Amino acid sequence: MPIEVDGKVLETDEEGYLANINDWVPGVAEVMAKEDDLELTDEHWDIINFLRDYYEEYQIAPAVRVLTKAVGKKLGKEKGNSKYLYGLFPYGPGKQACRYAGLPKPTGCV
Amino acid sequence: MAKADFEVPELGESIEVPPVEEGAMSHLAPFVAKPEFQEALGFKGELGDNWKEDTIEAMGDLLSKYRSLQVFMDICVRCGACTDKCHYFLGTKDPLNMPVGRQDLMRRVYRRYFTFAGKFFGKLGIPQFVGAEDLGRELIDKWYSYYHQCSECRRCSVFCPYGIDTAEITMAGREILDRIGMGQKYDNEIIGKVFKIGNNLGLPGPALADTLEGLEEDIEDDTGVKVRLPLDEKGADILLITPSADFFAEPHVDGLMGYAKVFHEAGVSWTLSSYASEAANFGMFIGSYKNMREISLRIRKAALELGVKRIIFGECGHAWRVAYSFLNTLAGPFDFLDQNYPIPQHILEFTWGEIQKGTLKLDKSQNDDMVLTFHDSCNVARASRMGDKPGGQFEIPRNVIKAVCNHYVDMNPDTLYEKTFCCGGGGGLLTDDLMELRVKGAMPRMQALNEVIQEQGVTHMAAICAICKSQFTKVLPYYGMTMDQIVSVHQLVSNAIVLTGQDEEDADEEDAA
Repeated sequence: MPIEVDGKVLETDEEGYLANINDWVPGVAEVMAKEDDLELTDEHWDIINFLRDYYEEYQIAPAVRVLTKAVGKKLGKEKGNSKYLYGLFPYGPGKQACRYAGLPKPTGCV
Repeated sequence: MAKADFEVPELGESIEVPPVEEGAMSHLAPFVAKPEFQEALGFKGELGDNWKEDTIEAMGDLLSKYRSLQVFMDICVRCGACTDKCHYFLGTKDPLNMPVGRQDLMRRVYRRYFTFAGKFFGKLGIPQFVGAEDLGRELIDKWYSYYHQCSECRRCSVFCPYGIDTAEITMAGREILDRIGMGQKYDNEIIGKVFKIGNNLGLPGPALADTLEGLEEDIEDDTGVKVRLPLDEKGADILLITPSADFFAEPHVDGLMGYAKVFHEAGVSWTLSSYASEAANFGMFIGSYKNMREISLRIRKAALELGVKRIIFGECGHAWRVAYSFLNTLAGPFDFLDQNYPIPQHILEFTWGEIQKGTLKLDKSQNDDMVLTFHDSCNVARASRMGDKPGGQFEIPRNVIKAVCNHYVDMNPDTLYEKTFCCGGGGGLLTDDLMELRVKGAMPRMQALNEVIQEQGVTHMAAICAICKSQFTKVLPYYGMTMDQIVSVHQLVSNAIVLTGQDEEDADEEDAA
């Protein structure tokens, strides 16, 4: 189902992930979050931005451990765990946050 | 999380055979692969006008190649022994998830087009008289749906007096569907990533190197000892082939650190390969010999290029089936490896060997916060072996757990060993679009686990398969348990190992904190 962001219609796949990562604008995350009844705070944006930076460098979403470690380093040790991330993204940092960030869904035996 | 828009089975006193509900799962089918992903694997992009002819032709080809398939089509006497043995039937109540029901979807077509009686009565317009059916769109859609509701775990085959292996029928079903242009998105996209990038996840070399470096840091932070996780190191003795989930997911990655610590203490040189950075082989799941072979050949190529003497496989269920049972014929001969060691070897065989030799210093009390049980993974239990004795695949994992943990109990033996229940997510079904099936199919294992939790105070279940671990992480919460109750066997080993030079007081303090 395509989504409408800033007046533009963007393709998504069957599971709501952006079909083309280059289509991403911050409004994508806002629109997707609204559909999930989630309000994006600065804490959410910290994660989304980290995911996008990591993807740009490595062409894949970071492993959960890499993400929690990076968050811990940047925002303090008490936030460097999956509990904090699940608190922000109840459907899972890997899947929900990646979707908001425009990244393809990590699949495999995970 | 764990809110379901379907009915989650309730756990009772024991596993009950449910009353049959026809069509209970007919609504469920996974996403279909896009033409580009189909074609990349050598399959037809999408269903064409001649799909019926394509189907019969593909089926004829498989029947001529695989004698087993022909025998399985002919030999069923409908005794009913298999009907209540499949976890998907027990969890979904759908009679087409009874192994015989699933088999008959293909058997009807076989009878109609490949037997004299079926051709004869088919021409008279009464094929059902001999259990045959004309191939139509509705039937092929049922194939797609129900051949993706079987995890190829082979539990039913243990109980079939004729030894009919439904997994092989499912594999044939998927191969035919692939050939006619109706492949599954999850499986086929993943195989494409293996060919393009080297692993199921699509984790490129630099990301893998960065991940491994991070893990080395973590081990050093925890223990004060530098333990390496080498990548692409020529001249290493051992090539470790492990599922890419070990680099990415929890609790898999804790197991990977366990392997590294064992190798470190054993004093052997080892390496991972960025080219063959995947143990999993989804070619088997889709029944495609060609794809299974191409994936396997990557391992051979990496072993030759790195000049290793041994190949060891990490914790991955179906990978071990492919490795133990088929690797030599798919990618052999391995005459360039050291013949004094098993080719290939399982990481548990290696670790158990080191434990017996006394190389590892183990502090079992590091796992005293857990009471463990062990889930036998279907492909390890029913399609392979470990060590040099029958039943080694059951004994060795338990021996290792007991060597590193003080508290261990088994679940109900009717749900273990060769009768083990699948986790519910194996065989290429570990995808969100099949979540309803995965949750329902996990019921028998959840039931057995719940029994030992209630009666014997079990807190955690250990597994040796990447799919099992990911599947349980997802489905445990649907049954009122928590995602961290599933652990890797080598995670337990990792907790207990006291590394040479490790500051033990430090480790204790950290655990107490």
